[in-house]
Amino acid sequence: MTDQTTLGGGSAPSLTRRQAYEQRLRRRSITIAAGSTLAVILAVVLLVPLAPGWEAVKRSFFNGEVFAKTFPGLLDAFVMNVAIFLWCAPIIAVLGLVIALCRDVRSPAFYPLRLFGAIYTDVFRGLPVILVIYLIGFGVPGLGLPRPWNSPYIWGSLALILVYAAYVAEVIRSGIDSIHHSQRAAAASLGLSDGETMRYVVLPQAIRNVAPANMNLFIALQKDVALLSFIGPVEVFRQAGVYKSLMANFTPYVGAAVIFLALTIPATRYADYLMNKQRRRQSLWPSLI
Amino acid sequence: MKTVVTSALLLAASSSMALAAGHGSCATGLTLEENVLTIATGNPAYYPWVLNDAPESGEGYEAAVAYAIAAELGFEADAVTWVRTSFDEAIQPGAKDFDFNMQQYSITPEREQMVDFSLPYYTSAMAVLTTQSVVDAGATATLDSLKGLVWGADANTTALPMLTAIVAPEKDPLLYGDNTDVTAAMQANQIDAALFDLPTALYLSAVVVEGGVLLGQFPADRSENPDQFGLLFEEGNPLRDCVNTAITALTESGKLAEIEATWLQDATGVPVIE
Repeated sequence: MTDQTTLGGGSAPSLTRRQAYEQRLRRRSITIAAGSTLAVILAVVLLVPLAPGWEAVKRSFFNGEVFAKTFPGLLDAFVMNVAIFLWCAPIIAVLGLVIALCRDVRSPAFYPLRLFGAIYTDVFRGLPVILVIYLIGFGVPGLGLPRPWNSPYIWGSLALILVYAAYVAEVIRSGIDSIHHSQRAAAASLGLSDGETMRYVVLPQAIRNVAPANMNLFIALQKDVALLSFIGPVEVFRQAGVYKSLMANFTPYVGAAVIFLALTIPATRYADYLMNKQRRRQSLWPSLI
Repeated sequence: MKTVVTSALLLAASSSMALAAGHGSCATGLTLEENVLTIATGNPAYYPWVLNDAPESGEGYEAAVAYAIAAELGFEADAVTWVRTSFDEAIQPGAKDFDFNMQQYSITPEREQMVDFSLPYYTSAMAVLTTQSVVDAGATATLDSLKGLVWGADANTTALPMLTAIVAPEKDPLLYGDNTDVTAAMQANQIDAALFDLPTALYLSAVVVEGGVLLGQFPADRSENPDQFGLLFEEGNPLRDCVNTAITALTESGKLAEIEATWLQDATGVPVIE
């Protein structure tokens, strides 16, 4: 491509035969892609309404009137999702880091910490989130805690935090493991202590390496906040369920799905962008050295 | 000997003709399966509506009403089959696997737009379920006192709009997926009180909730927000008219009241909330 300028002009006739061929090829594949996409869209738009039950499905799932009536209420309820997410996320990040560090201690005296880290991640990654929410959300307050300390918001959030911290810890640990041992050796030879090595050498690289993976976890967390509705809090999923029950119509669930997507799709795109950026950076490394 | 056989045959023939006539009355050809009435109930079906989760026994208010309606329509008891559905399965679009669905569906105009209901077979009072410790802390059967409580409700019922309309609690109620979770939250002291239909509340306070108390009831004949249970049909199901005729007949003959007296506890002891 770089020698295109040396040929001068830049207009179509000055293309080399190879470039012209590639351009033809590109145009052809664009045409085919557009054509097949159009065919699929047409098939969906034309064929689905031909299904005998389409009218009933439309009335039950895509009911404009019900949508308009319930959407503002759903948006209100979604504020609760965002709030729960916002107070859980930082605690998850910190706890996940602490657990990951527990699993990386090298001194024999601290072996119990390693053991704790391993058991913790095994247990909480092995349990379905909803089960933990039920057990902690109803179980702990049942011990007889006074208000407001028995609130489902507190214990439900704790359940989410415990489970997600286990996942985050594993991701961070994989990041720590990905840093080559020679870096620790180099840091030691510079006179850094174990703690300083971790703090200044290993962690900054490790955390940057696993940022996209953690981003995905937080997107999953945003969706799993809805599980808290099982123990009382009225967030968007529960609110949609209430509307569904009152109107015998599933459209409010579609409304809730739209709200979730409006948040998670940009977040997923951003995670993808981060991941691509990181891959480019990593493939550049040899030339930088 | 021969005459006996002949007369027995004649008898058999005439009785089967009578049966056929019974079938021919109204519901013929309108049920999913010919000569079989398929009724859906909840999974599980709760006391006191169905006893022991076994509607086939005809024990429990709804089970008994179901068999009474079946008899009115001309179905023998063994021509009734039961299936189980959740609330969502009952309202989802598409073919249904039941002729009608019976699990304390409250009739509301919004729901009427998507499904069909029969005439009401029961009008329920709503009762406030709470625990002894809440009563000891000073809760009384007055609206002012009720407003200050932390409320819970089953999200799939009409209890929530009634709660908002009648009590209008100061704090937003917590909502749960089923009765069991509501009572679990009450046991964990996360909620003070919950609103249920009276028969369910009586059962929960007596059997399920430790120290359960019925603080009071909003009587069934209140003018606003009456809670009437109807059988749920797929929209446009022609069987509904037959069933409505049957329910009217059962109401007028006093049979419904009789079933109610048999299976539902007398609740006049529960104070009325003014």
